[in-house]
Amino acid sequence: MALKRILMSLALASAPFVAPASAAQLTVGFSQIGSESGWRAAETTVSKSEASKRTVNLKIADAQQKQENQIKAIRSFVAQGVDAIFLAPVVSTGWDAVLKEAKQAKIPVILLDRDIDPSGKDLYLTAVTSDSVHEGEVAGDWLAKTVGDKACNIVELQGTVGASVATNRKKGFDTAIAKHANLKVVRSQTGDFTRAKGKEVMESFIKAEGGGKSICAVYAHNDDMMVGAIQAMKEAGLKPGKDILTVSIDAVPDIFKAMVAGEANATVELTPNMAGPALDALIAYKDKGTTPPKWIQTESKLYTSADNPQQAYDSKKGLGY
Amino acid sequence: MALALPRRGLAQIAALIVILLIDRMVSPQFFDLRLQDGRLFGSLIDVLNRGAPVALLALGMVLVIATRGIDLSVGAVMAISGAIAASLADSHAWPVAVAAALGAGLLCGLWNGFLVAILGIQPIVATLILMVAGRGIAQLITEGRIVTFTSPDIIWFGTGSLLGMPAPVVIVVGMLIVTGLVVRGSALGLLIEAAGGNARASELSGVGIRTMVVSVYVWCSLCAALAGIIAAADIMGADANNAGLWLELDAILAVVIGGTSLFGGRFSLVLAVCGALIIQAMNTGILLSGYPPEFNLVVKAAVVLVVLLLQSPRLSDLVANYRKARA
Repeated sequence: MALKRILMSLALASAPFVAPASAAQLTVGFSQIGSESGWRAAETTVSKSEASKRTVNLKIADAQQKQENQIKAIRSFVAQGVDAIFLAPVVSTGWDAVLKEAKQAKIPVILLDRDIDPSGKDLYLTAVTSDSVHEGEVAGDWLAKTVGDKACNIVELQGTVGASVATNRKKGFDTAIAKHANLKVVRSQTGDFTRAKGKEVMESFIKAEGGGKSICAVYAHNDDMMVGAIQAMKEAGLKPGKDILTVSIDAVPDIFKAMVAGEANATVELTPNMAGPALDALIAYKDKGTTPPKWIQTESKLYTSADNPQQAYDSKKGLGY
Repeated sequence: MALALPRRGLAQIAALIVILLIDRMVSPQFFDLRLQDGRLFGSLIDVLNRGAPVALLALGMVLVIATRGIDLSVGAVMAISGAIAASLADSHAWPVAVAAALGAGLLCGLWNGFLVAILGIQPIVATLILMVAGRGIAQLITEGRIVTFTSPDIIWFGTGSLLGMPAPVVIVVGMLIVTGLVVRGSALGLLIEAAGGNARASELSGVGIRTMVVSVYVWCSLCAALAGIIAAADIMGADANNAGLWLELDAILAVVIGGTSLFGGRFSLVLAVCGALIIQAMNTGILLSGYPPEFNLVVKAAVVLVVLLLQSPRLSDLVANYRKARA
């Protein structure tokens, strides 16, 4: 409590300097989940660079995958009197109390990457997330367009069973290929989003489908599983990218490496730049009072080997993936 | 050991054969073998190759369990050794990278052994510490990303071959022979069993329990470190978040399926490896079957239950009594 009071008085003391709130001096507190994946690390790196691009002072609190740490971080941001709070929620429930505190302090909260289930939608300003159903659709549409009228047997590497991202990416892909009778998912198994399992599952797919000759394309719910699957195909004497088409989601650097080598065909980007659109919405809100829509959808960009994979690799490899 | 096998291992070997036959039913080409780039290629090889890491873990785990201990940290040790091997693979000669990874395993084993044998902490708690901290250490080494490498010498451990057999299988066979010679070629195995059966009694009879327990944990961690190198080499990268994740449970399961009691006092190396193969034959079969992935764990649990029931002395007594009653 004493600490909180000191922090409060510090915040108050510094208030005169912060007070003429123009965009140039915004301070934003960002409660990040922690280092759960390479993508998460890239999101942190990109958030920092996007903030400095807009001369916003971004304070990042690493929650080490714990909700209680995130709640503590938000309380401390409120005590410091930041101009806004970015929250990448580790779980979707249990945020009501702390978000109400932020609301009482008149600090807008913007959700990054994941949505929550609050009692009222007025507890946050907006959520910047990707639409994972749409990502699956983009992947499916690319495959349908590339294959044309040929019959095509697809094998699918699903994400972790029960993960909403996996369910949604499957749903989107299924919707996209349902319009094309020549495309058929013949095998579908979970590869737990990992390279090792992706490789193991692909090995069994190849054996179950007559040495892989009847497989026309692989769809993986993330790039890591595809990197594993590409190794499995190579070890079986197949040529991924030529004999078997590949399409996956995330756009991590290593899939671009495979694209440069001609072993991968397409990936759909889950952009790590969630903070950029969030900051733009925040600045417009602070300066002009424009209320953003409740959901800002990030672009699910398709990359193929025609999109200069080497350049994409170079721009992504330093982000911490 | 050779004499004890037919009597004790019957249930396990029968279970393995039955599961392989079921695999053949769900996938007609299950026993097909061909050479691909000088390496045997087929589902049967997949079972051996994919089962290798758990088989290695089981080899170490079975000795730990025989002393009435348990090692929950093997998955985390895999992650640490994989991370070290991957970080050094491209900048150093392969013996350096492998030695560093195994050295890390050695240290982990000493730590576990120290907590269990010297400080007397219960094994499940003592090794839980490294299970949690170890993955964090691995993540620190890789900085939370997947560290990839291209050194062909290290990659050999995962995807290379010797006389057509995949390298991981060769390594497991080698380790099985070495471990077998050490513990069964001498009285060591008997002493380990004695320590597990009654630590106090064997201590009073002059068996140096402490050193032995420490070395058993060291051996277990060394096996895990080797499995970690194989896992990293297999995907040409160290994935600290996922390498070896939950494999400690598979290793314990393999040991239990292999008929080793969690209360210590008796063990079988060959049957522990057989247990690992049973688990993998089941996993590969599930992948080949084409069932939706939601069924994976349920099927696995059902098969494990059946294998364990087959071994249950009480159940076989019940069956015998029932037959007698009917006769």
